[in-house]
Amino acid sequence: MAKDKDDLERKTVLKLQNTFLRTASNYLLPLLLLFSVFVLLRGHYLPGGGFVGGLIASIAFVLHSFAYNTRKTKLLFRRDPFFLIPSGLILSFVSAVLPTLIGKNFLSALWFAESLEVIGSVGSALIFDLGVYLVVVGVVLTILFTISENV
Amino acid sequence: MLFPVLLIFIAAFTLLLTKRFAQSKYYRIISLLPFGLFAYFLSFLPAVSDGKKAVFFSNSWIPQLGISLDFKIDGLGLLFALLITGIGTLVYLYSSSYLRGHPLLHRFYSYLTMFMGAMLGVVLSDNIITLFIFWELTSISSFFLIGFNNEDEDSRKSAMWALSLTGLGGFFLLVSFTLIGAVAGTYSITELLNHSTDLIDSQYYYVIIFLLFIGAFTKSAQFPFHFWLPGAMKAPTPVSAYLHSATMVKAGIYLLARFSPVLSDGWVWNGTLMIVGGMTMSVAAYISLFKRDMKGILAYSTISALGLLVFFIGIGTETALFAAVTFILVHALYKATFFLSAGIVDHAVHTRDIRLLSGMGKAMPFVAIAVFIAALSSAGIPLTFGFISKELFYESVFESSLFYEWGIYALLALLLLTNAFIGTSGFMVGFKPFLGSLSHKPEDIHKPDFYLWLPPVLLSICTLLFGVLPSLADYGIVASATKSVFGEAVSQHLAIWHGFSPVLLLSLVTIFLAFLIYIIVFRKISGEKSGQEVKLHSLEKYSSKAVMTTIAVGIRKFAFSYTRFFHNGYLRIYLSIIIAFTTLIVGYKLFTDVDLKVNTEGLSAFRIYEFAVFVLILISIFFIIITRSRLTAILGTGVIGYCICLIFVFYGAPDIAITQFVIDTLTVVLFILVLSKLPSFLGYSNRKVIIRDAIIAGFFGILMSMLTLQALVYPSDKSVSNFYAENAYVVAKGKNVVNIILVDYRGFDTMIETIVLAIAAVGVYSILKYKTQDGER
Repeated sequence: MAKDKDDLERKTVLKLQNTFLRTASNYLLPLLLLFSVFVLLRGHYLPGGGFVGGLIASIAFVLHSFAYNTRKTKLLFRRDPFFLIPSGLILSFVSAVLPTLIGKNFLSALWFAESLEVIGSVGSALIFDLGVYLVVVGVVLTILFTISENV
Repeated sequence: MLFPVLLIFIAAFTLLLTKRFAQSKYYRIISLLPFGLFAYFLSFLPAVSDGKKAVFFSNSWIPQLGISLDFKIDGLGLLFALLITGIGTLVYLYSSSYLRGHPLLHRFYSYLTMFMGAMLGVVLSDNIITLFIFWELTSISSFFLIGFNNEDEDSRKSAMWALSLTGLGGFFLLVSFTLIGAVAGTYSITELLNHSTDLIDSQYYYVIIFLLFIGAFTKSAQFPFHFWLPGAMKAPTPVSAYLHSATMVKAGIYLLARFSPVLSDGWVWNGTLMIVGGMTMSVAAYISLFKRDMKGILAYSTISALGLLVFFIGIGTETALFAAVTFILVHALYKATFFLSAGIVDHAVHTRDIRLLSGMGKAMPFVAIAVFIAALSSAGIPLTFGFISKELFYESVFESSLFYEWGIYALLALLLLTNAFIGTSGFMVGFKPFLGSLSHKPEDIHKPDFYLWLPPVLLSICTLLFGVLPSLADYGIVASATKSVFGEAVSQHLAIWHGFSPVLLLSLVTIFLAFLIYIIVFRKISGEKSGQEVKLHSLEKYSSKAVMTTIAVGIRKFAFSYTRFFHNGYLRIYLSIIIAFTTLIVGYKLFTDVDLKVNTEGLSAFRIYEFAVFVLILISIFFIIITRSRLTAILGTGVIGYCICLIFVFYGAPDIAITQFVIDTLTVVLFILVLSKLPSFLGYSNRKVIIRDAIIAGFFGILMSMLTLQALVYPSDKSVSNFYAENAYVVAKGKNVVNIILVDYRGFDTMIETIVLAIAAVGVYSILKYKTQDGER
């Protein structure tokens, strides 16, 4: 009885990986990634930001790994996504240290005088947020990949 | 001044990279580092030796907290700095031969350099917080040095003991320093001298000195914390010579000497020091007679010497402090000689048991001469430096007006015995292995090379030189060092000849007694079999080491069972415990201290779509509870999550809604990933468990609802959110306040949080990978 149920659940999972999902995820992956960057950039003025952006980006990859499998998703990366974590941390840290070089306090925001066309004004806060974004993607994907590979 | 200290630490870390050169014979060139510092400090001698002023270097560090990198070179600091760098130079040279060919030699020098820098920081800092930081650094670097032979279990254990005891002392010291800072309003030692009466009259005085004592006594191996020092003899011999005789253990002495003018009240401070010092010096000197390992004897005679110093700082008269400062120099010179010679013997014939050794003087005449002089100095024979300090010791007890007449005689007797024992132990190390017929075949003896025998010879030359011409030491450094301890210029001077007096008689009696006891011990040694520990007495199981071991083991056992109880590996148990405790504590507070009310004013009426969401949540909860499939349960929680998102949207919190939405999706996906690997749904066969969980969950739910309702009663404080709303665009150039807070106002929090996330990922990664690797094996 219990075994039947178990099989049933496994089949349900398998059924999710059907052709529809694969086709959809092929198009959704770049779209979602673009969207996540969009969310990251608009964070300063409207709801959004690095954390949410990172989560959306990781969902894009999670969806892909659902449609195919994690090994295929891993192939999308040249390096292990774990690499994103230290990169993000360093990026945030550098953006925090930069102001001290010109005599301002640690983490105080610096801004370029000219604001860009689409993004708006660019400053060290955006770099900081980009670091957060990378860390979140790295963390979620690392956890996801290790769990799916090892459990 | 900041530069040399920084240079030492930079050098310490650079040395770690020199593995490739460590085996070269030119590697000993790094001895130039301590020698250069020695020369540098020597250049301050003329400025400081008149004792009138101190050289001061000021660097601000954290001015908001009153912490600075101020360094002050006065007599006491300079005396220690010269000892640290001078003996340091010799130890560097010596180690280059002693540890030649050791694969981790570069690491050894790195630790040693770090230690030297920390020690210099301790004795030169003028800010007690900075002093504390360097103090802790000495504990840490000595941990690495004691445990240098890290493949030996005893060595690791000794290192742990040393670290935990000195670390414990450091903890107490920090509290004491913070209290001093709070009472006196300054952390600067120079300033503290003006606040002496404030400190002594303050209600925290006894707490301050008690904690300070624990810090100093653990570091300087005073009873009952003395036992880490003999254990630390597991370190390579040059380390023992440097850390455990000449420098690190003197840090506690330094601390007491430095704070004597500030904290001495003439009664409790002095009395405690005299009792503890007196006990340590006599008992340790007595125990040293029962040791047969050269380093063991030296360890206990070192403890005894430290006890002597504490005792005389306790007496606190001008002569006593003069004697103590002189003895610091005397002891450092002869004890380092002893240790280095013991290391040479060990290196030559691979044993340190004095029962197995004799006649080594024939094989290594230079070393033998050096060690004879050291032994004579430790016994206080005239024309050695030891004689002069011994005279001063007796003189200061005679002079002290603290006691009744019988008290002076009792102290004199105690001092006499201690000095005699110290002399005897000096003979045991200095005479027994080097005199008589040769115990080993000459071809078995590994002859010491130049860099091994030079350091002890140089040290003993100093011992003789200062013994014959004491004014050299006196006008050079001892007088000005005493001045910084005593507070006023010293009226006395060191001299070889004090005239015929009871003091001279006592000195002669001491020497006579030392020889007498040595003959008794020598006879006893001849009758003993080698390789055995001499049983001291049957009370050993009540010794402080045994007591503290029992306490440590007890704490570990308790921690273990405590952890086993609460961390039993079942997630559901963790959750129930956490929730139950929260409910209990918060519920208790809510019912006892809060006036329960429901405020319906601000509540708006239900809208139809809110009601729909609410019904949806209820239905999903119902399904989760009754379902027997994991998939249904997980999807049910997902539905609840989305419903909560909707509520956030209704009430205008889009940021939280997006995040909640994405997080929920991810959670469900992760669950489904592991789902197929899990056993099928647990049917709770046990009705009791279900009821228990239902009760806990029910109470928690009730509590949360009550908290929410209660929160409505109090008008919320809008000033913080208003501040952000007003300033977000003006100052931080953004319109999304939530994000501005995250990346700007509270950017530091966010940064730490990303680090926490990273740690979580590393945790998941390592736990899962480790497990599979284990399974594969």
